[in-house]
Amino acid sequence: MTTYFFGDTRVLTGRTLRHVTRSMDTVITTVITPVAMMLMFVYVFGGAIDTGSGSYVNYMLPGILLITIASGVSYTAYRLFTDMKSGIFERFQSLPIARSSVLWAHVLTSLAANLISLVIVVGVALLMGFRTGAGVPAWLAVAGILFLFTLALTWIAVIPGLSAASVEGAGAFAYPLIFLPFISSAFVPTETMPGPVRWFAEHQPVTSIVNTIRDLFAQRPVGDDIWTALAWCAGILVVAYVFAMAAYRRKIA
Amino acid sequence: MVAQSIAGPVIRVRGLEKSYGKLEVLRGVDFDVARGSIFALLGSNGAGKTTVVRILATLLKADGGTASVNGFDVATRPADVRESFSLTGQFAAVDEILSGRENLVLVARLRHLKDPGAIADDLLRRFSLTDAGGRKVSTYSGGMRRRLDIAMSLIGNSPVIFLDEPTAGLDPEARIEVWHAVKELAGYGTTVLLTTQHLDEAEQLADRIAILHQGRIIANGTLAELKRLFPAASVEYVEKQPTLEEIFLSVIGGDDKSDTIGTSN
Repeated sequence: MTTYFFGDTRVLTGRTLRHVTRSMDTVITTVITPVAMMLMFVYVFGGAIDTGSGSYVNYMLPGILLITIASGVSYTAYRLFTDMKSGIFERFQSLPIARSSVLWAHVLTSLAANLISLVIVVGVALLMGFRTGAGVPAWLAVAGILFLFTLALTWIAVIPGLSAASVEGAGAFAYPLIFLPFISSAFVPTETMPGPVRWFAEHQPVTSIVNTIRDLFAQRPVGDDIWTALAWCAGILVVAYVFAMAAYRRKIA
Repeated sequence: MVAQSIAGPVIRVRGLEKSYGKLEVLRGVDFDVARGSIFALLGSNGAGKTTVVRILATLLKADGGTASVNGFDVATRPADVRESFSLTGQFAAVDEILSGRENLVLVARLRHLKDPGAIADDLLRRFSLTDAGGRKVSTYSGGMRRRLDIAMSLIGNSPVIFLDEPTAGLDPEARIEVWHAVKELAGYGTTVLLTTQHLDEAEQLADRIAILHQGRIIANGTLAELKRLFPAASVEYVEKQPTLEEIFLSVIGGDDKSDTIGTSN
């Protein structure tokens, strides 16, 4: 069956990509929250936030990108949930295909849909005055980290997508993920936070990822943050994948 | 495809058991389905018909007993079993966002067939869906959707087709269309296992009928054999009233659309 894996995954990814392109409203609702936050923070709160130096758009864009991904993967869960409920997931599983390609198609589509959303959000940020002198290697590094983060969150999304009992349940996991950047270095420096909050902020995944992307955009040396960021992404990815596969095996028993 | 040349039944089920927690759904189910026949599994809601189909379709593992399709054991050779059958689900599992034609092309490509476009066009014609082929399935009526669903399960000419409650939720006209499609299938030599809770559907279609009740097959035979299980008929004179179905069909015009299905071949 491995001989069919790539071909089947390609065919099924084509199908789910059509679902994305035929419901562009899902892309718009994905980007509307991060763009609104960006407008709020830059033009309303930004003036009162002291981040040291530089423009506030530059400071907060990395956090906004992570929020974009977190809200984007809720549609990954939604699309998978809809396939489970409608019975088309079972129809695919009953065909002589490489069975895991059904899941991989959703994962690849999630990566593609999030890429579209991220490009739109970066475009809006550029209009709002975001500037970076980052060269190709730094951009590639940013893209690589965002790719890993999207992949990790996508596998988290697969778990409720396969096992949720309702549409609301399938999407609900995204709310804490969208909220996490607020208790991190994404919008304000962590030094301003009271003890326990600061400790949490400095030891959760978002801070290291945000700091790394911010340093890459600002052409500063990234330091140890990049290793912490990569370790978080890889760790979340592995744990989420294991749980997602367990949920998958329960479904196809 | 690795077609196993066996003289025996194409579907063989022995002592099949399945429980969901404490609920025993199947308690030792046995039956055979002969090649090229239409076999109806008759039972009320919750009798375990869908559970049997899901086990045969390798979507669910049995707790006990054995089952084979086309000579392949469902537990040990699931990939070969999946090469041997097509499944049409209880709730027409078609992609709502794709068009009818795209649905057919999708299945043809997943079955690794050459020229999926031509296969799709041919099936659209056979099932009178050519005009609707380019439209999103979400705009289809229940009957069109079910016709598309059955058309999708014909792709690849599987020797066995599982139809799980093929006419559930359809109006009488659409139901007759589906019946014609099923009879046509069997005409080509395809083995059909269908589940139904409608006695008349089993009577209309099936060569053999098995009644599944409380997790066991309590009767299995041709319609004539099953009729013999009852006490001898006594002769009474009763005025024959038309059934509501006959009235409905005659009032709405009775131009039997189903005649258009499959006449192209």
